[in-house]
Amino acid sequence: MNNDIYVVIEHVREQVADISYIMLAAARDLAQETGGEVVGILLGQDADGLAGDLAADKVLYGEDPALAEFTSDAYQNALAGLIRENAPRAVFFGSTTIGTDVAGVLSARLGLPLVSSCLKIDDGMIVSQICGGKIMTESNLADTTTLITMIPGGYKPEEGQGGSPEVTPVAVDVADLRVALKEYIEPEVADVDITQEDVLIAIGRGIQTEDNIELAEELAELLGGAVCASRPVVDQGWLPTPRMVGKSGQLVKPKLYLALGISGAPEHVEGMAEAENIIAVNIDPGAPIFDIAKYGAEVDLFDLIDYLLEALEDA
Amino acid sequence: MTHIMVPVKLVPDLVEELEIADSGTALDMTWLRLIINEFDDHAIEQAILLKERSGGEVTVIAPDQEGMDDVLFTAAAKGADRIIKLIGDFEEGTNNHALARAFADAAKDAGPDLILTGVQGNDDLDGSVGPYLAEYLGMTYVGYVAGLSLEGDKAIVQKEYPGGLIAEMEVSLPAVLGIQAAEEPPRYVAVSKVRQMMKEASIDEVDAGDLDTSGGLEVSSMYLPEAAERAEMLEGDEEEIAAKLVEIFKEIGVM
Amino acid sequence: MPERVNYWGIPHDWGAPELYVYTIMFGAALIMLYRFYLRASLWWKVGRPEARWDKLHIRIWKLIQYAIVQTKVLNQRYPGVMHVAIAWAYFIFFLGTALTTIHERFFKFLFGNVLFAYKFVLDVFTIIFLVGVGMAIYRRYSQKPKRLTLDPGFTFSLVMITVIVLGGLLTESFRLAVEQPAWAWSSPAGWIVAQLWIATGASDAVLTNWHLVAWIFHLLTVAGTIIALPVGTLLHVLTGPLNAFFAKLDRPTGELAPIPLTPDGDQIYASKLSDLSWKQLLDGDACTECGRCQDACPAHAAGTPLNPKELILSVRDALRADAAAVMGGNGDAPDLVGEKIAEEVLWSCTTCGACVEACPVLVEHVDTIVDMRRHLVIEGAVDAELQTALSNLGRYGNSFGKSDRMRARWAKGVDPKVKDAGREQVEYLWFVGDYASYSPTLTGITLKTADVFQKADLDFGILYKGENHSGNDVRRVGEEGLFEMLVEKNLKALSRSKFETIVTTDPHSYNTLKHEYPANGNGEWKVMHYSELLDQMIASGQIKFSKKLGYKVTYHDPCYLGRYNGVYDAPRRVIEATGCEIVEMPRNREDGFCCGAGGGRIWMEEGEIEERPSESRINEAVALDGVDAFVVACPKDVTMYADAVKTTGQEEKIIVKDLIELVHEAM
Repeated sequence: MNNDIYVVIEHVREQVADISYIMLAAARDLAQETGGEVVGILLGQDADGLAGDLAADKVLYGEDPALAEFTSDAYQNALAGLIRENAPRAVFFGSTTIGTDVAGVLSARLGLPLVSSCLKIDDGMIVSQICGGKIMTESNLADTTTLITMIPGGYKPEEGQGGSPEVTPVAVDVADLRVALKEYIEPEVADVDITQEDVLIAIGRGIQTEDNIELAEELAELLGGAVCASRPVVDQGWLPTPRMVGKSGQLVKPKLYLALGISGAPEHVEGMAEAENIIAVNIDPGAPIFDIAKYGAEVDLFDLIDYLLEALEDA
Repeated sequence: MTHIMVPVKLVPDLVEELEIADSGTALDMTWLRLIINEFDDHAIEQAILLKERSGGEVTVIAPDQEGMDDVLFTAAAKGADRIIKLIGDFEEGTNNHALARAFADAAKDAGPDLILTGVQGNDDLDGSVGPYLAEYLGMTYVGYVAGLSLEGDKAIVQKEYPGGLIAEMEVSLPAVLGIQAAEEPPRYVAVSKVRQMMKEASIDEVDAGDLDTSGGLEVSSMYLPEAAERAEMLEGDEEEIAAKLVEIFKEIGVM
Repeated sequence: MPERVNYWGIPHDWGAPELYVYTIMFGAALIMLYRFYLRASLWWKVGRPEARWDKLHIRIWKLIQYAIVQTKVLNQRYPGVMHVAIAWAYFIFFLGTALTTIHERFFKFLFGNVLFAYKFVLDVFTIIFLVGVGMAIYRRYSQKPKRLTLDPGFTFSLVMITVIVLGGLLTESFRLAVEQPAWAWSSPAGWIVAQLWIATGASDAVLTNWHLVAWIFHLLTVAGTIIALPVGTLLHVLTGPLNAFFAKLDRPTGELAPIPLTPDGDQIYASKLSDLSWKQLLDGDACTECGRCQDACPAHAAGTPLNPKELILSVRDALRADAAAVMGGNGDAPDLVGEKIAEEVLWSCTTCGACVEACPVLVEHVDTIVDMRRHLVIEGAVDAELQTALSNLGRYGNSFGKSDRMRARWAKGVDPKVKDAGREQVEYLWFVGDYASYSPTLTGITLKTADVFQKADLDFGILYKGENHSGNDVRRVGEEGLFEMLVEKNLKALSRSKFETIVTTDPHSYNTLKHEYPANGNGEWKVMHYSELLDQMIASGQIKFSKKLGYKVTYHDPCYLGRYNGVYDAPRRVIEATGCEIVEMPRNREDGFCCGAGGGRIWMEEGEIEERPSESRINEAVALDGVDAFVVACPKDVTMYADAVKTTGQEEKIIVKDLIELVHEAM
């Protein structure tokens, strides 16, 4: 086993996902402890150009037509071989639709320990969270290659950008495929592109009823922004899917993110942690949203909205 | 006929205040309220929807934990044909590797064509059950699935990507799918229907033997997030807070 | 001395006239009874059994009260007087005919002053009848209130009953014109008409012939109307009294029946005609289509799909259309729920009971609605919001989805500490309820309640985390199993506690604790609403006021306190004791208008509505002269009306106050 830290670079349709840069930043912290290099693993077809600005010491590039777009078993097979042969100190995967399809399978296949939901590396310790962010854990690197899935929040993507690593092609074996990508289905066209808004009024379970969304709309109008939501609101069909912020939704970075009745589950936080100013209103003082917000208020949502509407109309 | 198996587990109810056990490396189970993993609940719903749409048989399998009987009878009331409880040392919690091995042993006997399980659980320290189970059974795994249909020996699945993008994938069966969301929200089951199931249906008990927890993660410490990281809390009644918010809005230049 | 002459002027050449009369009338009656049997037998042939034969004396009293005196009909002045004029006139005519038969066959008594009085009364009621008919014509063809069914069947009935009476009047007038007796004044109506015939100068023989024609016409129209009765709108003449007679006596209004069972012990969830009891089917046939329930219904006023009258008529129409298929057992009868009655109709009901209160023939709408909701719940056909609430209630014992350990968080700072009734004996167990416990906007009021109790030295405690939602509205949603589960949990906590009386601020909890909780091993406990307890403590001097508030207020009767439990005066006395003047809203006491939250509506999606019931109520209060406060005696009302004041933009004009706030302020 060597001391290198591997990062499985995630990309969809020729775009490197932000989580890849976040993982590189974390890997850098870890490599400083182990004294190894940060190595990006890039799998794809005609994708070596994506390695361009990765803040890695080097990039291993595995090319195969079957890797052109992500499928779980092609990645599993290709990575199993690479990890087995090179035995790095640790491998980072995104805690994403791509990374979690691979990390667990490799953990079982290769008999390697896996740490879920790593937020950051702190003095060589892997700091991760469970229970929707209500519990933090710390783990040491194991004696074998340690697999880690990473969530956003601990690093900014910029910290993992700006490198110009050397790209080394490696042979990969993707034999025996049982999963095939048929097509991508585009999300329904958004009436409002919430990723472009400076002000977002975000609503969660706490909004209680569909009718109350009107209140959020009024606020958004007065502040010149738009309404977005966490998953429960969209699952109810109260707002269209393009308004969803989070892991399976949009990644937003507005100037103001006013979170109303959102508890702040990690899946949601992933989509909005980069907002400049997060203000959270929630009646539950233990809501994890208060851990990432700049300002918080532990009051009844609807009373506050009433006063806020009044105050904004006056202002 | 398609045989669908749904392994489910219980997870801590986040409505309750969580506490750390004296060991400092685990949750205090004394005050913990356990509820069904919501993603597993979606997996059950998706299995029942498939059965209602194209026939088949649904088996729901779960480890023996306090409150699990209710979960299993509820699944039966929704339409599960068989409910199985794994008997073993699950009461104090175990890791997902051990749980997946126990599920895998039972699945080898039952021989399902398709396994649907929650894509994750809120207490997943060391990965989720689905990928482990797939690997132990030599099946394919695809997660973040939010809808699927069956075509012969293939499943056509909708896999969620960030930004609302969906990848439609063709998966050869048998396979394990990690369910992110069922096509419909889990249905409501009346209490009396569950109680009726308790009289009519029976839980098959399967001995899970000694649990093999190898491969799991040993955390060195577990703690509640520090209060220092918290937001600056605005004090006062709703009216005063509204006024303060307007000041903040002005400060950050959104007004 | 004058004596009543039987069959005056009727020729006997073809045999005795009574032979014709009895043949025709008995024939008509037999046909009527047979046709009625065909109709009525569907109730028990299609419907399931239900015991309604007990307590005969009360049933007879109900029959007299509601079918003969018609007290409910009289609750509304114009239609009440109109209907009673017609109905009582017919009772008198019927009685009059019966008396002649007695006179003719058994006992002669119609002579002299008795005869004069007899004739006079009959004639006066003829005039009263005609006034009633005039009112009916004006109402049906000029006023045309929305709630009435404007169907030719009603015109036919009105014409027939009028023609019968006019026929009788004509007959009498021809006889008087011929006889011109000295006592003609005792038949004022007939005598006035007789003047017409006298004026024509026609001979006695001609008038006697005309009398014969009128007499035959009268006889035949009576017979025809009797024959038509079971298939026309006059059916209510039979079914209305039956419905009053078979009214619900086995339980108070506030208690719902458990889910009915088949002979094999399986539960029956009402989705088909045959799942309803014969009495529920009778309700449909008893409906007079007067529309009073429609006018009283808050869900209808709000523009939801529910119209209680249409709902009951749907049952009736389904019975007419599908009874044969149901009895034939070929199973192709359409379902009642879903096909004849839309799900949204059933979910719109607030179970406020205004329809039941308004119904002159005692139709039990709410029970039938809840029976059908039970079917929807067992099928899982609940909306997402309701599903969340029910799941929370099942898991946490409250609809808020909060931990049971947070239930008494409001009491944290109360000094001295509120007693735990599970640990120490108390006189009063305060069953706090979900909204008062968990709703952050109500914490202030809950604390004031505790403060008032403490200042009054009341020996009270609460159940802390042992309390669960009482289940009143869970039951009315139709989730009977969950209701039973909540009752079990609460009984467990209650049986561990030592107390004498339960007091609650929530009328919904009050209702179910009082009527639907079986008295357990703890012995029977008394249940009081806090308005009753406050009233009692004020009367006994336990609560003393230091000032008179002097506000002009109006008071809203919570449905489950007022209509369901008849507590109208206690809260009003408390308000007056604090030195406030009460100005009543037009809809008060029995006619109180629901806030829209009951029956589980507070947990459901609102759907398309025109005006929320709570907004209608606030507008009603604001229209009163100079009222400062809208006083309520229910935690949910505080929430509902505080919202309604905001949405109607009446914040400047009126504020919502809980009863306890007045008491607290005046102490």
